[in-house]
Amino acid sequence: MRLERRANVPLYLMIVAPICAIFMALFLAAGLILAAGVNPLTAYAEMLTGALGSRLSITEMLTRATPLILTGLAAAVAFRARLWNIGAEGQFFAGALITAAIGHSLGVPGWIGIPILMIAGMTAGALLLAGPAFLRLRFGVDEVVTTLLLNFIVILFVGLMIEGPMRDPFAFGWPSSVPVDGAFRLPDLIPKSRLHIGLLFAIAAAGAVWVVLTRTVFGAETRAAGLNARAAAFAGISLPRTIMGVALLSGALAGLAGSIEVMGVTAGVTTTMSPGFGYAGIIVAMLAALHPAGVVASAIFVATVFVGADAMSRATGVPSFIADVIVALCLLTMIVALLFTTYKVRR
Amino acid sequence: MTKVLELEGITKRFGALTANDDVNLSLEQGEILALLGENGAGKTTLMNILFGHYAADEGRVRVFGKELPSGKPRAAIEAGVGMVHQHFTLADNLTVLDNVMLGSEPLFRLRSARTEARDKLMQISERFGLPVTPEVKISSLSVGERQRVEILKALYRDARVLILDEPTAVLARPEAKRLFETLRGMTKEGLSLIFISHKLHEVMAASDRVAVLRAGKIVAERDTNQTSADELAELMVGRKVERPVRQDHDIGAPVLIAQKVRVENGSETQLNDVSFQVNAGEILGIVGVSGNGQAALGALLSGLAAPTAGALTLDGKDVGHIGPRGMIKAGVGRVPEDRHSEGVVGELSLWENAVLERIRSPRFSRWGFVRQRAARAYTSALIKRFDIRGAKPDTRIRLLSGGNMQKLILGRVLANDPRFVLANQPTRGLDEGAIAAVHADLLAARAKGAAILLISEELEEAVALSDRIQAIVKGRLSAPISADKADAQRLGLMMAGVWGDDENAA
Amino acid sequence: MTDAIDLLLNTSLWAAVLRIATPLIFGVLGALLCERSGVLNLGIEGIMTMGAMSGWLAVYMGAPLIVGLLVAALCGALLGALHATLTVPLGLSQHVSGLGITLFASALAYYLYRLIVEVGDLPPTIEPFDPLNIPFLSDIPVLGPILFAQAFPTYLGLFAVIVMAYVLTRTPLGLAIRMTGENPHAVDAQGLNPTHIRFGAVVVGSALMAIGGAFLTTTAFNSFFPGMVQGRGWICIALVVFASWRPGKALIGALLFAFFDAYQLRLQTATEGVPYQLFLMAPYILSITALVLVARKAEVPASLMTPYRRGER
Repeated sequence: MRLERRANVPLYLMIVAPICAIFMALFLAAGLILAAGVNPLTAYAEMLTGALGSRLSITEMLTRATPLILTGLAAAVAFRARLWNIGAEGQFFAGALITAAIGHSLGVPGWIGIPILMIAGMTAGALLLAGPAFLRLRFGVDEVVTTLLLNFIVILFVGLMIEGPMRDPFAFGWPSSVPVDGAFRLPDLIPKSRLHIGLLFAIAAAGAVWVVLTRTVFGAETRAAGLNARAAAFAGISLPRTIMGVALLSGALAGLAGSIEVMGVTAGVTTTMSPGFGYAGIIVAMLAALHPAGVVASAIFVATVFVGADAMSRATGVPSFIADVIVALCLLTMIVALLFTTYKVRR
Repeated sequence: MTKVLELEGITKRFGALTANDDVNLSLEQGEILALLGENGAGKTTLMNILFGHYAADEGRVRVFGKELPSGKPRAAIEAGVGMVHQHFTLADNLTVLDNVMLGSEPLFRLRSARTEARDKLMQISERFGLPVTPEVKISSLSVGERQRVEILKALYRDARVLILDEPTAVLARPEAKRLFETLRGMTKEGLSLIFISHKLHEVMAASDRVAVLRAGKIVAERDTNQTSADELAELMVGRKVERPVRQDHDIGAPVLIAQKVRVENGSETQLNDVSFQVNAGEILGIVGVSGNGQAALGALLSGLAAPTAGALTLDGKDVGHIGPRGMIKAGVGRVPEDRHSEGVVGELSLWENAVLERIRSPRFSRWGFVRQRAARAYTSALIKRFDIRGAKPDTRIRLLSGGNMQKLILGRVLANDPRFVLANQPTRGLDEGAIAAVHADLLAARAKGAAILLISEELEEAVALSDRIQAIVKGRLSAPISADKADAQRLGLMMAGVWGDDENAA
Repeated sequence: MTDAIDLLLNTSLWAAVLRIATPLIFGVLGALLCERSGVLNLGIEGIMTMGAMSGWLAVYMGAPLIVGLLVAALCGALLGALHATLTVPLGLSQHVSGLGITLFASALAYYLYRLIVEVGDLPPTIEPFDPLNIPFLSDIPVLGPILFAQAFPTYLGLFAVIVMAYVLTRTPLGLAIRMTGENPHAVDAQGLNPTHIRFGAVVVGSALMAIGGAFLTTTAFNSFFPGMVQGRGWICIALVVFASWRPGKALIGALLFAFFDAYQLRLQTATEGVPYQLFLMAPYILSITALVLVARKAEVPASLMTPYRRGER
């Protein structure tokens, strides 16, 4: 038995693959739910209603999906160019921190301030990834390890800031930064919910990324460099410039996620404000087969699992860590499913 | 005579392609059998089946009368079959002894018996006249020495049947001659050999018997002394393919001039004191044994490497430090040595590959956006003009055959009427039909006044196309000789580094 | 300032160095073995987490400590087999598969822990490995308490370094593993199966990583809690590069790293007014610095991260 490359990937396979992957992951996770003494079907039904069963739960789910779309885009953009940005978590916090730092005392009206803060967040994220990209280009240091380690450094730095110079004197319990000015809180998308217009920004970002990747010179050069770096260099595409461009774009998207989360949801920064948005972004991107449009769909799926699992956990007593297990399994089953979209098995 | 090896009804398919079709072949004790065929005829696939790298879809392999299980190199080795791959299977960072010993001992032995292994290796090396130093790293060896290690690997495992895949591809003629002498000596020690080749002259010179493979089938078997190169050529290609002939015409003014150019990579000097001149309407052939600086010369003229000393000028302007984009803008067309790894991005479409080099030009982009319609139209025109078969602008380029891929690469270069063309191994791995097409395209560009530098390892090709020829040896260039004065012997000497400094441009 | 120097002369600091180094030694050896065969294993962080949880859980449920280590090793091996299946015969991206393993293994460890263990206000504890005072040797002044009064897994780790170095350089198996990392085509041509060799190396390497994780819960601490591996796996990946893929250098790297870690811990308590986060950042900054210093010179196994499929070049 061996694998043989398909001449072309039929379109239906690109849609069937993630669906198969998700069902396979749910099937595998069912065993763990059984181990908790709960009928998996009951548990999954609880998850669905918990995430999609009411207006409130749907808005909660979409609120959760918003940063995931952006971190998913960050991973998709980078992975396409074979830049292994595992640092979206750190870039998310960098974006959040700078937004909070500037946003509590910026004396301009909201319609000017919000774009400024978003740009600030994007800049912070972009610069944070520019470092590892530079180290790779200049010294040949693998960016996987540097971006991962930077996550820890950034979160410690956030802790340092919010317990020190940016501490909110009025916050009780866990330390938090001073909140951003009310003028810079993103308006609600649906009244009486936490869902804010950040969702629209995230979807717009997905559209913009799609255009950049498929229609622009930068996108074409990035794709060529990601698929065959030698041929790209031969054709006169500057690899350092491409890598750096991708790094800035990817970091900016993750930074934007942090910025929007602060303006839309938390107002202040805490070290616990991200339940692993950066890491989950990798899963979102892979489930979408690195396609920007798919990222929106897969972010919604991942958010459904997370929000639904909390509700399911309350109802059935199955630990809510099952959500992390399910999405991680999805990543693993998805890469196998993707393999079968490009190869077929032959005897 | 006893049959040491028999192939019976071997058939192997890759998807729609039948690489080997009911192949029957046998080898006798002490014999040298040449397996002749042009590129893509299925020679390497057949030998990989014999050695167990691939499993055949149908058929049997018998060694000394015993059938080999399919798909198991270990079984082939144990039965006494040794293979010398065209692309050496050596680990560069390890020593000769490491490479030779690997797999010869039980894996879970507590200690490698290195001393014994070294003794055995030295013994074999002496017996067969293949000198080596066991404790040096492969990376410090020349290509010829590496091949020696490959052969020793097989002999160390007591091979009785040796298969050599294109063994002379990387050797200079004197080296190749020595290799065949060594191989002949081995048959006296009782070994039997198969060597794969597409070079008629060496098949005629070194084999006892020839089997000709065409399109996956054995089309003929001949005793070497009862056939001729002409007959074999016709059997190999199967049809009459005429390569186009160079017409004499007036040569124009100098276009590209290299003066005492030096290229270094780290501490390694890749090109040393290299001077040449290519004139308008002229093809300058650079011949040489693979690995003598052709890659660096290609990189220099592609804009990927810059001279560390000396000057490279195009129409009098310095082009040594302007990079690939600058070269393209200056009117340099570049055909890379390896089309798959450098020439195209396999997963991209034809049109993306066709415009990749000039994607920033206003013709193909505006305000940072790709003008896809213009690019597709341009590609359609290329497909038509250069007779690229089985493709539309949106086809993924990896689906094209080597010949059609090369036509696209040549097309994107020649469509822009370049001042200077670098053609680096333009016909490597192509079949006769495609070779003829590539030659015709290059000659047409020459007729239109382009200055062309052809780097080739195929002497016949270089002689047929070039107006003048220089040899490259260890990063240095000989003085040019006129193609009319280039006979095999003289070129052979030049490629071995024997040239007088008194000969000037003809 | 004198405080800072006094700290250096304290034997407890040096004893702590070996203790802190132990999980890193196991982790770095495991990662090194995988990479020498040509497979990057970014599952390490999750595998260490799983090792920490499963080893602890076995002991919590009544098994002897040594069995806890074995259980951890087994879990690590299983996760390694998963990573190997995805990356070796299937040839999937080693980066993505490894990250997937990390996410999966961590989540699974937390899930199972919550499922099986009743957690009150404080996490439940076990009786960890005691320091093993080696008779006579541990009585040597200064050196005794540093070298010969460690817990069993620390000795095991040091022994593993020697075994790994020996196997890689002196045995046919080691040659085959190194060759597979350099050029799997060469291995195949010599009648060995590079797929099997890589698979085996990843399984064994992952088991070692898991033992490193188990050290945290059976020796360094006595309980399990989420997030306790704290990037030690990633640091091991950096240390492998720092060590140029050599077991001896890996030991030195782990010790050096542990020294800075132990020193900053003590410095933290001795200094006031400096935010503790700065000290906690030190190990990560140190790792990045180390990478930058050696990256150019690193002798990477030539086929690292290149999947091997027969017939594809």
